[in-house]
Amino acid sequence: MSWSSVADFWAMGGYAAYVWGAYGVTLAFMLAEPLLARRRHWRAVAAADSDTDTDTDSDLKEDS
Amino acid sequence: MPLTFFTFSSPPKFYALAGALVPWCWAAALLLTGAGLWLGFFVAPIDATQGEVYRIIFIHVPAAWMAMVLYLVMAFWAAVGWAFNARLASMVARAVAPTGAMFALVALWTGAIWGKPTWGTWWVWDARLTSTLILLFLYLGFIALVEAIDDPRRADRAGALLAIVGAVNVPIIYFSVQWWNTLHQGASISVSGGSRMASTMLTAMLLMTLAFWAYAFAVVFMRTRAVVVERERGAAWAMELNRGGATR
Repeated sequence: MSWSSVADFWAMGGYAAYVWGAYGVTLAFMLAEPLLARRRHWRAVAAADSDTDTDTDSDLKEDS
Repeated sequence: MPLTFFTFSSPPKFYALAGALVPWCWAAALLLTGAGLWLGFFVAPIDATQGEVYRIIFIHVPAAWMAMVLYLVMAFWAAVGWAFNARLASMVARAVAPTGAMFALVALWTGAIWGKPTWGTWWVWDARLTSTLILLFLYLGFIALVEAIDDPRRADRAGALLAIVGAVNVPIIYFSVQWWNTLHQGASISVSGGSRMASTMLTAMLLMTLAFWAYAFAVVFMRTRAVVVERERGAAWAMELNRGGATR
């Protein structure tokens, strides 16, 4: 399929709103999803890590 | 340690394996998407009936196929987790659900956008659209159910039951255009009869399907790693993760 011009490509034969709307929605979901998964992973690791911090460290050196 | 069939059913081993595979899955997804979209937009011809709007097919059909396949994947691992009391299998099922739901939503949304100029309507309660909407509800129901039950293994079993029972919906979606009089078009591709599509269109669609498959592997592996850490929080290996910088 050879488009006559870049403008023709974007125009998609008059269906630009439909075609690019559909691709835009899809791209938005497929970008958001891995970012959310990554964030979930970070949070899980941070939570697991915080489990190792014990509260028995007493720090009474408040005054100096 | 020798490699057995069950080597990677250990959560920390699977965690490491999935982490190593994720970048390759992303690379495959990007390459396949590039190839598929280039073919779909610059090689595949205009459609005789619909004009250019048919090009939505290159994301609509792959998303719909992925939504269906991922449901069966989710049900399979949930069943394995239940039958063999295999924790990791149930964790994988939980990780698959949001991606499957996303693809179901994308299939419905892009389908509606495609339907408006071609059918004159955003939505119709025909068999395929309705059963795909039910698929989305099943995904969301699975996610809500496993999150609602406190005890993780009970939640896994309840979710498995829902997933397995709901799996009957997938062949209903597939055969809906044969069994009922639907607005949604019938099958253009069949395993036995070949295809009635132009070959460049078909190739582009198949490349995009593989791209969505690779994407699904990448995201599901990422999310499985998160679920594993959430579930295995108390384990020594999980507490050591931040030390090793394993937060990719």
